[in-house]
Amino acid sequence: MMRILRSIYAWMDERLQLKGLMEYMGKKYVPVHRHSIWYYFGGVSLFLFIIQVTTGILLLLYYKSGEALAFESIRFIMAKVEFGWLIRSIHSWAANLFILAAMIHMFSVFFEKAYRKPREMTWLTGMLMFFLALGFGFSGYLLPWNELAFFATKVGTDIAGIVPVVGKPIMTFLRGGDEVTGATLSRFFGFHVAVLPGIFTVLLGMHLLMVQRQGMSEPLGHRAEEEQKTMPFFPNFMLRDLALWLLVLNLLAILAVFFPWELGKKADVLSSAPAGIHPEWYFLFMFQTLKYIPGKIWFLDGEVLGIGLFGLAGVLWTLIPFWDRKSARGEQNRFVNYLGLFAVLYILLFTILGWLA
Amino acid sequence: MMTDDQHPADEQKRDFLRIALVGSAVAFVGAILYPILAYLKPPRQGEVEVTTVKAGKLSEIEKDSGRIIRFGNRPVILVRTASGDLRAFSATCTHLDCTVQYRKDMGLIWCACHNGKYDLNGRNVSGPPPRPLEEYRVVLQGDEIFISRRT
Repeated sequence: MMRILRSIYAWMDERLQLKGLMEYMGKKYVPVHRHSIWYYFGGVSLFLFIIQVTTGILLLLYYKSGEALAFESIRFIMAKVEFGWLIRSIHSWAANLFILAAMIHMFSVFFEKAYRKPREMTWLTGMLMFFLALGFGFSGYLLPWNELAFFATKVGTDIAGIVPVVGKPIMTFLRGGDEVTGATLSRFFGFHVAVLPGIFTVLLGMHLLMVQRQGMSEPLGHRAEEEQKTMPFFPNFMLRDLALWLLVLNLLAILAVFFPWELGKKADVLSSAPAGIHPEWYFLFMFQTLKYIPGKIWFLDGEVLGIGLFGLAGVLWTLIPFWDRKSARGEQNRFVNYLGLFAVLYILLFTILGWLA
Repeated sequence: MMTDDQHPADEQKRDFLRIALVGSAVAFVGAILYPILAYLKPPRQGEVEVTTVKAGKLSEIEKDSGRIIRFGNRPVILVRTASGDLRAFSATCTHLDCTVQYRKDMGLIWCACHNGKYDLNGRNVSGPPPRPLEEYRVVLQGDEIFISRRT
């Protein structure tokens, strides 16, 4: 067996010169320090993304888009297809864990200032992937065509419509018309299974390539001259990565089996929004904020102001490698710490408030 | 050998070629992009202009209740107040497009999405809605209720 593998490798090496690549991989080291734990969350996000692609393809085998079929086809998957309930439950749970892992990854990179030069583009591609992940969540949420999804989509696309000048055309484009209808469902399906995965995969490739090329960022204050502990990426770090992935897979299985994802009630265009309606947890803090903002503030519509502020905050957050000059010079930047802390506390507080409401 | 720029005729020829090349490249890209962009824009559906709809029988609607009526493509809320008055408003919340409902316990029209409240004249009285609900005309013919758009 080994002989065969070895001769296959030799055959490939002769054609592709794999030796250089293998040497490069062998020389890859991961710094070891008290913040090393945060290095793992990018990998966990990657693992959950792979799960999403796999279960997503499986769901595609039975899912039918369209107002008359979407809800029924998911009920069919959950009731008739063997293990259909499991695949669907895993897809829903992994989606949420994916966003959670990506959030932890993002905040840890933020607080470690790992976005600083020379890793600006790694941060940028990461942030774009995070926004795409929210887009995945938002578009995927509508696909079962249930009551909650219907109103969440109405509100979400209406928010896009508030943006001055370009808002209305964007809203019409997203909805496939003036209202949320079957046309919206078709479009969201296309975004969810083709457009977003395509763009995401390209960004992911760039992101991983840059991580490989530049190696892991080290916390500020670590001096290059100092004696430093490291661990080889292959196999030490990778095996730790895989062990954690296995742990996550177990967690996912427990959640998916013992807390199966519900399907809810089929969307009815003529029903009122049900009491207690709320979006997925990762949109909850924004949703809760919108509840508190009055209709008019000075001369502005309250919702325009709220959404404008969130938009601005998102842009500033995404562009942080370009305005945080101090970290780029290797100095401590307390302002950024406080800003990140404020963001974390704000999100936690309003998420809890939204949860309690 | 002469260089190009010593030949005014050559330069003219080159300019012409450059314009032709860039021009046709722009036209080429435009010819591909225009149909795609136009395709993305959903076509106007031949929407039937609804002016009046039948909303049911008065005898079937309890006092102090509300229901959603389809008005063309949009929902309208028909409220019968505690005193028996009939009122109709657009059921689309002016905040973010959710569909409102009548709340008996509050005696108000309420939107579940962001806790917006309107009184029974459609005025936005609490929460985030920026504008009142559009009012519709309610006409009673015998026992039959008709709702129509105010003009």
